[in-house]
Amino acid sequence: MSAEKERRPSDSLLRTGLPAAEDLAVVRPSDERLARGALAVLECFQRIPCDPCASSCRRGAIAPFADINDLPSMLEADKCNGCALCVARCPGLAIFVIDLNHSPEEALIKLAYEFLPLPEKDQVVAALDREGREVGRARVIRVQRPRDKAETPVVWISVPKDLAWTVRNIRVEGNHGAQ
Amino acid sequence: MRSVEIAVVGAGPAGLSAALSAAGQGASVAIVERDEHLGGQLIKQTHKFFGSSRQEAGTRGMVIAGRLSEAVRGNAGIDVRLGSTVLGYYSDRVLYLEEPDRLSKLKAERTIFATGAAERMLTFGNNDRPGVYGAGAVQTLMNVHGVRPGRRVLMVGAGNIGLIVSYQLMQAGEEVAAIVEAAPRIGGYLVHAAKVRRAGVPIRTGYTVKEAVGEESVEGAVIWRLDEKWRPVPGTEERIDCDVICLATGLSPLTELMWQAGCRMAFVPELGGHVPWHDDDLRTSVEDIYVAGDASGVEEASAAMVGGRIAGLAAARSLGHSEGVEERLAEARRELAALRAGPTGEKIRRGLERLQQGGEGR
Repeated sequence: MSAEKERRPSDSLLRTGLPAAEDLAVVRPSDERLARGALAVLECFQRIPCDPCASSCRRGAIAPFADINDLPSMLEADKCNGCALCVARCPGLAIFVIDLNHSPEEALIKLAYEFLPLPEKDQVVAALDREGREVGRARVIRVQRPRDKAETPVVWISVPKDLAWTVRNIRVEGNHGAQ
Repeated sequence: MRSVEIAVVGAGPAGLSAALSAAGQGASVAIVERDEHLGGQLIKQTHKFFGSSRQEAGTRGMVIAGRLSEAVRGNAGIDVRLGSTVLGYYSDRVLYLEEPDRLSKLKAERTIFATGAAERMLTFGNNDRPGVYGAGAVQTLMNVHGVRPGRRVLMVGAGNIGLIVSYQLMQAGEEVAAIVEAAPRIGGYLVHAAKVRRAGVPIRTGYTVKEAVGEESVEGAVIWRLDEKWRPVPGTEERIDCDVICLATGLSPLTELMWQAGCRMAFVPELGGHVPWHDDDLRTSVEDIYVAGDASGVEEASAAMVGGRIAGLAAARSLGHSEGVEERLAEARRELAALRAGPTGEKIRRGLERLQQGGEGR
């Protein structure tokens, strides 16, 4: 894990809060793995004391942490089935499930969403990139509403395949208020 | 005069944890809190906490506040005194209290000060205009009273508080125009920064507020760039329309009672300013006085809870309540060391080292 310990956020990420290409390159699964179906992408670039992703993973895909400050790593990407338990658990809302096999043209993204109102199934919403810019439209496939209101809802959206690596948020019209 | 073995001053995350661990050892405990509720700042924390499961990682701060408060209220060994302010500490181990209906004294063999921290103000033109808020006040308005502070906010400070409160403002339906940060880099966790960025908020590092605009109340802010020596660069001014300027520019430990009690103090910038010198047990130079939480050095709430546990255990042990205490202390110390082990703990590690060297000046 020493390579992980040496991994540092890029200077531009530290200045702007936006991951640079070099940050994203490290967490991006291989094209081969992406082609095999859903998996979690861990957009976590900074060593902070936090481990719920690893402890929430029931399939052993996210490696257990030796040090609570470790960066999460998907050592066994084949064990991940994109269940999104970690998406709902991550305190930093930094995990996204990507499924490129959703349909011939569209990818599925599962993301944590803590605003009200929650979208409805089949609703078309604005698809936003990492800077909050609208880059297209997304269709809501499913909304996982937790029974416990203190837990985080997970919204499944479909987007054109070429936006799977770009879309990281949605805007629901008339949106305001905390989940 | 009433007496108790251990008095805990402050019912935030550190104080509640200290009371629970001390009472768990069998000590009689009184918590004195000037506010009307238990939990301190935790009750306003709608975001999920970091740390490991041992520190309730992944649980929202307000939920942790509820759990700790319930445990304290359900513990027969803990006497809770809300609405009560400690006015002074006397050298014969007596606390002087202003309670809702009377002034009183409380004799305590040990006192743990878990008094927290106060927000820092920022100097700029017109900073007295209505609409200039501290982030704590904004959180209280929104998350305790359900009141929106304005419509469009300029956040000052990209530490965890500035980032988290920006996110909460958006959840409450406010627009956040921008976050300005004087330092060249974001000080808070980058995952919090990413959350506000993908909701459309720019983060302007290397910028500060020059002045607030507006006669009756805030109508905007002028920001300007700082050079590498933190000097403002004339000609870089920009006007940002907003009706709230929210300051999240850091915290200073609240240590007046420890100054008054005669604890040896040290100035340690990494810990937020003047803090009482303390050892690994969080015991100060006055042997009956312990300190925990932000009052011992400004840090995350998860660390404050572990620190509180340590202070409570150590204070109880010093009174002979020592059954199983060594293992519990060792475990808590391991947890605290782990929380501070990464790069985000570097500042606090440096600060604690400097504290042991006496800090700057007295």
